Amino acid sequence: MGGFPLRQSIRYGLLAGVAVLHMSLVGMVEAFSRREIVKDTISMGQLLLILAILVLAYVAARRAVEQHPLYAVFSGALVGLVAGALLAVLALLIKPLGMREVFANASPRLVKILLFDEEGVAGVARLLAVMTASGALAGLLELLPPRVRRPLVYALLATLTLGLLRDIFAVVLPRKVSRFLYTSSGLTQAGLLTFLAMWGVVFTFWETLGVRLQREVRSLPPAQQRPLQWTSYALVAALLVGMPFILGERGSYIFEVLDIVGIYIIMGLGLNIVVGFAGLLDLGYVAFFAIGAYTMAVLTTPELQVVRAVIPQMTFWEALPLALLASLLSGIILGIPVLKTRGDYLAIITLGFGEIIRLLVLSDFLKPYLGGAQGVTGIARPTFGDWYAKDPQDYYFFILIAIAIGFFISVRLKDSRLGRAWKAIREDEDVAIAMGIDHVATKLTAFATGATLAGLSGAIFAAKLNSMAPHSFNLLISINVLCLLIVGGMGSLPGVVVGAFALVGLPELLREFAEYRLLVYGAALVAMMLLKPEGLWPETLHVRELRAEPVKVSPVPAAGEAPGSK
Amino acid sequence: MNLLEVRNLRVAYGAIEALKGISLEVREGEILTLIGGNGAGKTTTLRTISGLLKPVAGDILFQGDSLLKYRPHEIVQKGIIHVPEGRRVFARMTVQENLEMGAYVRSDKDGIAEDMEKVFTLFPRLKERRNQLAGTLSGGEQQMLAIGRALMSRPRVLLMDEPSMGLAPVLVEEIFDTIRELNQKQGLTILLVEQNAHMALQIAHRGYVIETGRIRLHGTAKELSTNPEVQKAYLGG
Repeated sequence: MGGFPLRQSIRYGLLAGVAVLHMSLVGMVEAFSRREIVKDTISMGQLLLILAILVLAYVAARRAVEQHPLYAVFSGALVGLVAGALLAVLALLIKPLGMREVFANASPRLVKILLFDEEGVAGVARLLAVMTASGALAGLLELLPPRVRRPLVYALLATLTLGLLRDIFAVVLPRKVSRFLYTSSGLTQAGLLTFLAMWGVVFTFWETLGVRLQREVRSLPPAQQRPLQWTSYALVAALLVGMPFILGERGSYIFEVLDIVGIYIIMGLGLNIVVGFAGLLDLGYVAFFAIGAYTMAVLTTPELQVVRAVIPQMTFWEALPLALLASLLSGIILGIPVLKTRGDYLAIITLGFGEIIRLLVLSDFLKPYLGGAQGVTGIARPTFGDWYAKDPQDYYFFILIAIAIGFFISVRLKDSRLGRAWKAIREDEDVAIAMGIDHVATKLTAFATGATLAGLSGAIFAAKLNSMAPHSFNLLISINVLCLLIVGGMGSLPGVVVGAFALVGLPELLREFAEYRLLVYGAALVAMMLLKPEGLWPETLHVRELRAEPVKVSPVPAAGEAPGSK
Repeated sequence: MNLLEVRNLRVAYGAIEALKGISLEVREGEILTLIGGNGAGKTTTLRTISGLLKPVAGDILFQGDSLLKYRPHEIVQKGIIHVPEGRRVFARMTVQENLEMGAYVRSDKDGIAEDMEKVFTLFPRLKERRNQLAGTLSGGEQQMLAIGRALMSRPRVLLMDEPSMGLAPVLVEEIFDTIRELNQKQGLTILLVEQNAHMALQIAHRGYVIETGRIRLHGTAKELSTNPEVQKAYLGG
């Protein structure tokens, strides 16, 4: 048994301190504090600070526990204390040093948040107490057996999520229940306890009964598993289709968000074919989205006299196949020059292609045809007889159908002959060719299929917005789509959905994120790659590769070792 | 009869000429070896036959038909398959999937299943590991898989690029025994490119010696292994 890891704990404490100082000074803490999670108890900004402490204290505790179980708690507490002390110093120095002149975010409000609404000594004491307690709590967590720890952590996370997503749930729930659980910006204290208790029970059961149930289902013969599987698919489908009817008018905001997520899911499914299945890194994917959207816009708008003089105005349904065709062809056109390039070079070319398309639609030169910087307005809505789509709920159905088509295409292609050829090209293009795969046709179909799905997504996007501006098609969209694939798990279809919700849905719901979206994005991606490189919902193959069976590289014997050299 | 014939083939990488006009013929049912040092043009010759490289001049004939007008996958369909150098298996596919990829140009399900059994009889170790990811196989097993995968296309001619590369001596013996067996029992025509001239000449019927893009010598394996020049340069004697 060694001594108490004092230096190491202090080191982690300083690390946590730097993290929380950074978050305070860039303004994240203050911005996030506008949202309360639990009434009068904790705001999102404070939660952010505590989370940073919890994570680092947990890491420190994990190391200290090897020496002595109690050291875990001490070590965690010390991490919290050190980080808290740094924050306290900041809070106390902001005013006397006039730090605001340098750090615009070092405001009196920040001081108030850091000191938990108290002042002077009382505030510092409170800050130190909260931070130390959080650290100790993380240490205690380490000591708990996993069977208890996991439900506890999950329940906490689920409750916090419900607090964060107040805007959804408070609207959806019946009024009385909603009043009891939620305030205008977060949970009530009663709500906190209710949710904690509820989730605690749910996750405890899951850990024991749920896991056993899962195991039993898995051990059933496949013939008996299939009806169960289909039942669960049918339930999910029924829920998805029924949701607008259940929620009615109250759901407008939710469907607005779901529509955006859905548009990204369609794009994600398309890019998943290109990058996930065929391994062709496309950084200009937004171009096909833009081409689909602009084809829809230009063909259906009453404006743009020059175009109208040649092509008559079309309806949504007339323009849709043309939008798909245009994006499909552009996929092939991009595909041809990049056939011979690989990896990094391919990424750069596609990046350039994306920029070309964006600049073209923005240009004054093409303004009479594409609307230039002002974009296009008066784009047609989908119609059925007299009915036309107007609410987010209406578009939700279109998007749902498009996602279903995307899923169907992906599932069917994945294990088909073509899917195998994509996989082979992704693994080793030379050998794939040597096995008789026509790499030209194979790569072009990947580009074309991906581009068509992006075009479909773009066409729906244009119709939904009614009007469109070129700035909707910047590089960031390509990157977002790629990131959602990585976060969800490259090549995995459910991963696309999970990734889209995590990277598009959450920021949309947490408007406070908006300013810090890239920062949070970056941090989340770094954390993902370190902790769960295979993604949130990965393909089984990917897990096997990264976790269970490390790929062996057999050493090549030195030259001259070959037999026959005498 | 000449199954495959290379006529005065010239191939260049940019300004550098890798093959300066080589001619060789592969007879039906024989093992022909092409030996030579590093950078002599052995791999270039194979890659050009497979259609991966386009020659500057010359011709390649398969049963009298010029291959130059075909794309790589069409050449595979004609029955010429390339086992690339360095055991290039699809690392993230299972052994079985690798073998299925070998049969990519075929669509006769029963025949494919039958051939897979044949490969498993030839390499029982692959059968044990059929659901393992190919990247986790040992070097020798990967080479077996690469050969098995090529056989799955039911080839007329097998082009093998340095099957001995990076393998322990005992494994090299094993692989070469298999190559001989394929030739003797199944009558497979094999063009074997090797740096390990000693082993190659033991199993080959005839051989060509290639040096800096030109054929320097050719003859039966026996003639070559007793040739003083070959002995000095390639057999360490």
